[in-house]
Amino acid sequence: MATEAAVHHDVENDEDSWDGGKQPFKVSYGKLMMWYFLLSDAFTFSGFLIAYGALRFSMPTWPVPDFVFKTAPFNNVGLGHGVDLPLIFVTFMSFLLIISSVTMVRAVQEGHRENKNGVVFWMLLTVFGGIGFLGCQAWEWTNLIGTEHMTVTTNPFGTHEYSGAYLNEDGSVSDETFDAGDSYLLHKVASHGHGDEHGGHDAHGADDGHGASDSHADEDHGESHGFVPSETAAGDYAGYEISEKGYIQRKFRILDGDMAGQTETQAFGPKAFGGLFFFITGFHGFHVLSGVVFLIIIMLNSASGLYEKRKNGYEMVEKIGLYWHFVDLVWVFVFLVFYLL
Amino acid sequence: MSDPEVTKNQLRRFIKGLVLLAVVTLIEVFFSLLGKGHIISGAEDYKWLIILTAVIILVLSVYKAYFIIYEFMHMKYEAPGLSKTVLLPMFLLVWAIIAFFWEGNDWNKRRTLIKNKNNEQIDDSSQKQMGMDVRILKEEDFQ
Repeated sequence: MATEAAVHHDVENDEDSWDGGKQPFKVSYGKLMMWYFLLSDAFTFSGFLIAYGALRFSMPTWPVPDFVFKTAPFNNVGLGHGVDLPLIFVTFMSFLLIISSVTMVRAVQEGHRENKNGVVFWMLLTVFGGIGFLGCQAWEWTNLIGTEHMTVTTNPFGTHEYSGAYLNEDGSVSDETFDAGDSYLLHKVASHGHGDEHGGHDAHGADDGHGASDSHADEDHGESHGFVPSETAAGDYAGYEISEKGYIQRKFRILDGDMAGQTETQAFGPKAFGGLFFFITGFHGFHVLSGVVFLIIIMLNSASGLYEKRKNGYEMVEKIGLYWHFVDLVWVFVFLVFYLL
Repeated sequence: MSDPEVTKNQLRRFIKGLVLLAVVTLIEVFFSLLGKGHIISGAEDYKWLIILTAVIILVLSVYKAYFIIYEFMHMKYEAPGLSKTVLLPMFLLVWAIIAFFWEGNDWNKRRTLIKNKNNEQIDDSSQKQMGMDVRILKEEDFQ
């Protein structure tokens, strides 16, 4: 009875609530502040992702993810070229992050049991998962920048707004057709000097195209496959244009709709795509990187027995766990807007 | 604390979390590829199917987020006051999403309108209108 009365008294009497010595949220200061830091970080990421959405909505076309993200290291090595693996590599990246998130759950559980070796073991696995994710992201960026020539301000992934047919080297209409909504990747002229060798033989356009296509075979993934122009200097030619930076923009004849019969040139995709992609995935990757650094520090501290002495159930591990799960949480939404939709 | 019952429970939660997140992710990728016409070719031509797959993917992503926050981050076991102060501010984003996507859509409409106006064919055979001979001076005009 006495205790019951005391509890009752606690709730009813406001003075007691202000006397101090109570934790209304029943967590330590550090954990509470970690939650609020994550809340503010969630707003930062939301701002970026909403900006992405608004810009995507504002464009008549947008690079479709299953076309942009269809390469993987293993399809360059094992399966040969031209085999599309839409979203497969990025799904693998997601799995890495999910697995590292789950091993972090185990590390926190072992921490509650004050099991030092368990904490260190599961944190080590978590670190490997994080490093693996960063490695995959590094490959993805290298492929986009080095092979597909996407930059912060140039987006070579375009989409056709009309259906039509490409023009040949000499400006005649070829039988290479496409539909509205089809995606294409603007390639760059080969930089390894082949063009210069053949530069003087304009008349033998067909032969030149053939000779250069051998050297090009490694790089072609796009729709306008096999097409290799004989000219490599920037300029406006009968069947294509070459931009100042060396991107080949093929010309095409529109075959239906209001503009049927007109000749147009392949345009670059929405400029904002590259900047948004590199900035948002880069910002997330930076979170992963700093998470890995903190995981390593806290893992070493656990191994040295520092948290064992504190006797608070490895609370530091719990805090870095919160952060690490948040990184996984953000990836759920980055994955959603950049790759799935 | 090394009660075997507790350990078994923890292990079960660990495996449940792993399987659940992995399976939900696979389902999401399946629906994404379905909406893009990779699984059934031609499926990308149906607008309702694209919208349906997008809605399914969105719901599954929110479910994943809920699972991570409530199970992995232990929000379920925190004091109600704490979870309210963290979760309620997120609802501010609902308006931000509606407002900015509305705005983006409007930019798109304007862009299309201007493009269509620029593409309009002007009939040369019609009689000359006032101001037809006015044009913007370019750099070449001065050379």
